[in-house]
Amino acid sequence: MDRKECVSGDWVQIERVILEAGSRAPGVPEDTAALPMIARMKGFAVHDAVVGEPLEVESTIGRRLAGTLVAVLPTYSHDFGAPVPELTRAGLQARARVRGEGG
Amino acid sequence: MGRARDYQSVMQRREDIIKEALGLDYSRFARGDMAFDYEAMMREVGYSLEETRTIQRDLGVGDTPLVELRNLTALVRSFAPSGMGARILLKDEAANPSGSFKARRAALSVQRAKEQGYRGVIAATSGNYGAALASQAAMRGLDCIIVQEVFDSRMIGQPEIVEKGRKCEAYGAEVHQMTVGPELFYYMLLLLEDTGYFNASLYTPYGIAGIETLGYEIAEGVREKYDRDPDAVVVTHAGGGNITGTTRGLMQAGCQDTQIIAASVDISGLHMAGDADFNRKSFTTGHTGFGIPFATWPDRADVPRNAARPLRYMQRYVLVHQGEVFYATELLSVLDGLERGPAGNTALAAALPLAAELPREAVIVVQESEYTGAGKHPTAQLTFARENGVAVRTGDPADSVPGASIVIPEEVEQVRAREHSLDRMRTSLIRNAVAFADMDVLGPREIRFLAEETARDETFVTGTLESLGIRYEMGSDA
Repeated sequence: MDRKECVSGDWVQIERVILEAGSRAPGVPEDTAALPMIARMKGFAVHDAVVGEPLEVESTIGRRLAGTLVAVLPTYSHDFGAPVPELTRAGLQARARVRGEGG
Repeated sequence: MGRARDYQSVMQRREDIIKEALGLDYSRFARGDMAFDYEAMMREVGYSLEETRTIQRDLGVGDTPLVELRNLTALVRSFAPSGMGARILLKDEAANPSGSFKARRAALSVQRAKEQGYRGVIAATSGNYGAALASQAAMRGLDCIIVQEVFDSRMIGQPEIVEKGRKCEAYGAEVHQMTVGPELFYYMLLLLEDTGYFNASLYTPYGIAGIETLGYEIAEGVREKYDRDPDAVVVTHAGGGNITGTTRGLMQAGCQDTQIIAASVDISGLHMAGDADFNRKSFTTGHTGFGIPFATWPDRADVPRNAARPLRYMQRYVLVHQGEVFYATELLSVLDGLERGPAGNTALAAALPLAAELPREAVIVVQESEYTGAGKHPTAQLTFARENGVAVRTGDPADSVPGASIVIPEEVEQVRAREHSLDRMRTSLIRNAVAFADMDVLGPREIRFLAEETARDETFVTGTLESLGIRYEMGSDA
């Protein structure tokens, strides 16, 4: 389903390197300093592009932002995760205690 | 020609950029190299508490329910010593627009931006404040840009922050999602410069004064229902605004004997700016990674003088473990029928053992709740923790190691509020203040200021200076 190309007007996500590895702030931990600092933004594509190509977008507040195309129609993939029976059990145990003692 | 946009150049312009983006000249409050007039800065807000209330009410902010948690109270009484086990109340701040108390802070920031003629507002925050600001900006017809720290280098984001980003987008904000690093601030400066928008920092006087209504409402609500002042108020502590504003509100309501207790999640050992550590913690706020540094050096913030000064206000500081907060979140749902977001329940977890220390007739208030949803939920966050190599199990939370394990208590007695020494933090604050001011010898003005900053007397300050080998002179001001 993942589209690799966008046309002008598509809702897309772009990214841009803000600071290259080596130009990071003094004092950041070593693992972080060895990496670029990247920003990702979303908006409507103002021209056609393929993932990895430079692309300008118009943001929700009408600003033009430049970067490279990362995703077309980027999906929210966060969810409620898997059940955690340990928590459920602990909650029910506490409830039984209150009901047992409080009536 | 455009101005240089490299890190060093932008950081050198920071003072001018901030001044332009706030319409507030902080140098007016300075009193020498170290001290400043905090109350004069707070008066700069220009609204009384009643006026702030009116502004917030017009926007549907505040007047949230104060709910008695009857079953959690009963649970605490089942193990508390005879005659002990205070009534636990929850100020249900999730009922605010955008689902958290942060709407109170955003309401005043946006009001200020609007009055000053700014077209938009910007904030760097991975917390609920982003959504609050985006929501308030939408109500008032201003543009909003939110900068968030979201991803590690694999471009994986914690579900909680990803959800907060979605919520900002839902309110029409332009959202910039960054990889880990403190240079978020540099990037925000660039955006302020490019747009000329208002710096709606969490730490301006407006961002703090907006919370005073919360403390005030707690005092009013408890007096009305229980005919007494709150005996204790427990506040989730991160950047310090929550405890500062809430306590100032309680003080304005005349609650002199209410004990103010700050609570944070213990994530000691994890580096805040480390790429590898970033996704090994389940809490993105309300934790010691913000709580301790912001208390011991408030002016590390994105404004020259932070209006949040937690050590002036907290009377106790207690730490809880991640597993205890998830447990408290589950209990709040199953026992008292309120499903609320995990991070805001840090104070709730601490309140369980704290209520057991207080007599039955006492009232302890958990000062906020926050919305919950996909990503911002114990099951989402524990699933993510497991995927990132963190062990999740039941047992004694005292055995947990931040970044390696999360231990969910099996019984409520296993939830503990562990004292963190305030005097140790006060000593750090004094050391940091001296280092920042770069002064060789402190005078009476600095000693008085440090006494205010630490909520201790001048003897404590001079004793600490002596133990740190810092010179000072008593006597009259020059």
